[in-house]
Amino acid sequence: MNRLYLERRAVPSRIMGFIAPALALLAMIVCAIPMLELAGLAPLATLRVFFLQPLSTGNGISEWLLKANPLILIGLGLAVGYRANVWNIGAEGMYTVGAICAAWVALHFAAGVHHWLLAAMMLAGILGGMAWAAIPAFLKTHLNTSEILVSLMLTYVAQLLLSWLVNGPMQDPEGLNYPQTALFSESATFSPLIAGMRVNASIFITLGAVVLAWLLLDRSFLGFQLKVSGAAPAAARYAGYAQARLTWISLAVSGATAGLAGMFEAAGPLGQLSPVISPGYGFAAIIVAFIGRLRPIGVLCGGLLLSLLYLGGEAAQMSMNVPAALSRSFQGLLLFCLLATDVLVDFRIRVKA
Amino acid sequence: MRPRLALEAITKRYGSVAANDSVSLLVAPGEIHAVLGENGAGKSTLMKIIYGAIRADAGEIFWEDRQVSIASPSAARELGIGMVYQHFSLFETVSVVDNIALVNKGRFDRAGLATRISHLSERYGLPVDPHRLVHHLSVGERQRVEILRCLLQSPKLLILDEPTSVLAPQAVVRLFEVLRALAADGCSILYISHKLEEIRELCDGATILRGGKVVGAVKPAEVSAAELARLMVGAAVAPVTRPPAVAGRARLTVRGLSLQPADPFGTALRGVELEVRAGEVVGIAGVSGNGQAELLDALSGERISAVDTVLLDGTPIAHLGAGARRQRGLAFIPEERLGRGAVPGMSLKENALLTGYREGLVQRGFTRSGRIEAFARRIIDGFDVRCSGTDAVAASLSGGNLQKFIVGRERSLEPAVLIVSQPTWGVDVAAAAFLRQSLIDLSRKGAAVLIVSEELEELLEVCDRIAVLFHGRLSAAMPREAISIDQLGLLMTGTDAGAA
Repeated sequence: MNRLYLERRAVPSRIMGFIAPALALLAMIVCAIPMLELAGLAPLATLRVFFLQPLSTGNGISEWLLKANPLILIGLGLAVGYRANVWNIGAEGMYTVGAICAAWVALHFAAGVHHWLLAAMMLAGILGGMAWAAIPAFLKTHLNTSEILVSLMLTYVAQLLLSWLVNGPMQDPEGLNYPQTALFSESATFSPLIAGMRVNASIFITLGAVVLAWLLLDRSFLGFQLKVSGAAPAAARYAGYAQARLTWISLAVSGATAGLAGMFEAAGPLGQLSPVISPGYGFAAIIVAFIGRLRPIGVLCGGLLLSLLYLGGEAAQMSMNVPAALSRSFQGLLLFCLLATDVLVDFRIRVKA
Repeated sequence: MRPRLALEAITKRYGSVAANDSVSLLVAPGEIHAVLGENGAGKSTLMKIIYGAIRADAGEIFWEDRQVSIASPSAARELGIGMVYQHFSLFETVSVVDNIALVNKGRFDRAGLATRISHLSERYGLPVDPHRLVHHLSVGERQRVEILRCLLQSPKLLILDEPTSVLAPQAVVRLFEVLRALAADGCSILYISHKLEEIRELCDGATILRGGKVVGAVKPAEVSAAELARLMVGAAVAPVTRPPAVAGRARLTVRGLSLQPADPFGTALRGVELEVRAGEVVGIAGVSGNGQAELLDALSGERISAVDTVLLDGTPIAHLGAGARRQRGLAFIPEERLGRGAVPGMSLKENALLTGYREGLVQRGFTRSGRIEAFARRIIDGFDVRCSGTDAVAASLSGGNLQKFIVGRERSLEPAVLIVSQPTWGVDVAAAAFLRQSLIDLSRKGAAVLIVSEELEELLEVCDRIAVLFHGRLSAAMPREAISIDQLGLLMTGTDAGAA
């Protein structure tokens, strides 16, 4: 009887690192076909709506990049931390606080034209995200609390904080008592790259962040220390890498990118704050980080893919009456397939007689 | 008499490498049979085939003249084969009887089982209280539990993998008595070891493996240890030479070091005093679990202690972390190679950078891949590390080769003080001699070398002075020339009243 078995590769396959995600996408589509059949939908037509229709128009591409932008940026920061085994699950909260801080700067300088205002807002967003991340960092390094729980819980605190602010101190006095801030001034918002579309120049900053994250993780000694402390904490202690410092850095980086993403959203498509400023980017970015195998280039691709799935799901809901649950399960399916094909990077399949 | 176990032309291949190449072996009832060979000679593969953990590609196994196919360890146990692994598989937080009940077939009857354990332990002189929790037991006692667990299945063949590597000399003597008693009752024993003197003392027959092939089958008592070593290695092993030490100033000083263990099952250090001078090798003997882990953590900087309890070249370093101590010229080789001394999933290049970073491998915060490559290459060439290249991941190397790499790395840092734990644990004879020589050579260049080891022969071969650690207390270091093995053994078991 022939038996399939897995054999560990002496060296992880570099090529498989690229092929595996493609295989996963293929496997996901293969699994999706019977699901669509069962749901009484024409599989090929639905898949076309899912993957091709969103990209068939200029505006579609603009929306695609716009949604991918925060996913990639947050995912980059999370990937850095996850490499070091620092499990920041609360990027959503850091994103929210980043947006709040940026909005405060925007509203404080609402009058007049300020060329530096966007830069100041970015700084405020970054600092806000970092400050929020400093809480789990401090508690972990001093009281040995779990950053998973603390960062997650703080997300809800941040959301309540936002809710209170837009209902109180930061509420637009001329807003007819709607729970929202005043619209940001022109100086405080990104102008669209192309008139009529929403995508803006912040995507280039995200691209820059991809390069920076790559330099940090793959070229710097600090990145190496982070990876060692994640892969083998005892080896990091043995080599004399300061664990607390690495925890602080991991959380600070992921807080900074999440905070900046919050600022991008506030100063971009939103233009003001309301009680809900995110469709869950901070949580979806966790998936993006893993789809990207915790590598910056991978996060870039993962963010684009997940953004496409979001748009495709919306399009399919609208034009084909595909239930929202089905498009959600496609996202889950994709993650499953990715985790499964990931095995092929470190192992090869053999047949034994 | 028909043999208990006969292997005929057993072959097992991994890719292009034959781990076992047409290996044949005969074990008679009541025979203690040694399987001797270096690391990678195929001993473990062969034992796993007999115990049913892996399947041979070709060849036949006969059990009491009947051809069998052993599909799994439970099939092996049903035939009457028991195995005691080198690394124990016991749950520390539950009692002896519960540990044994977990693998015992049949109805769960704790009281009955405890009685059977007591009977067996009396019969073979393996005293163990069935109701004690495993974490309270010494290493020797844990080994007894493992052996008892096998004996409860009334085995006809018992496989022991390097059983003496964790025992004090006196415990080894007692283990041998137990094994002889078992053999006298008709139980065959397969004894895996690389300790030649032991095999000559204990075993009736020996099969010697080299490169997966049988290179000899001898009666160990009739050949010299040197002859056994030659068969095993394939060439005469160059003896380690230890030129007389000219000890200089104290480089590593420990003064009144007391430390509570971080691990609840650890051992507290009590007033440890030690001095290692430039140009000498000092050894710390003792059965592990007597404070070795705590002492090493305190010396390496993985744990900090009261300010002036540890000094490097006269400067207090006890309050500094591992990184700062390394900066001042301290290097350390831990016992755990994978996961501490090296990152398992990272390449040798990256593992060279792990502690080699101060050798100009980092510039303005960025790693310099060319220099890292060259540094890793230098270690691999200089210490004869067998690997597929600098990109090979650490976990793919054999234990001995990885140890050569780690020793090579720390040695290349030209440390002022080098601390080594179990330097040649699981390393083959030729590589062990090479590593020991490199430690002596380093000390003779003016470094202070401290070795913590459970292998007395090793310490006696390499060290200029030896101290013994027992229950967290360190004896005075005695000059090599003035020590006898018996005296060390007594200190190791705490029976010498004169221990400092």
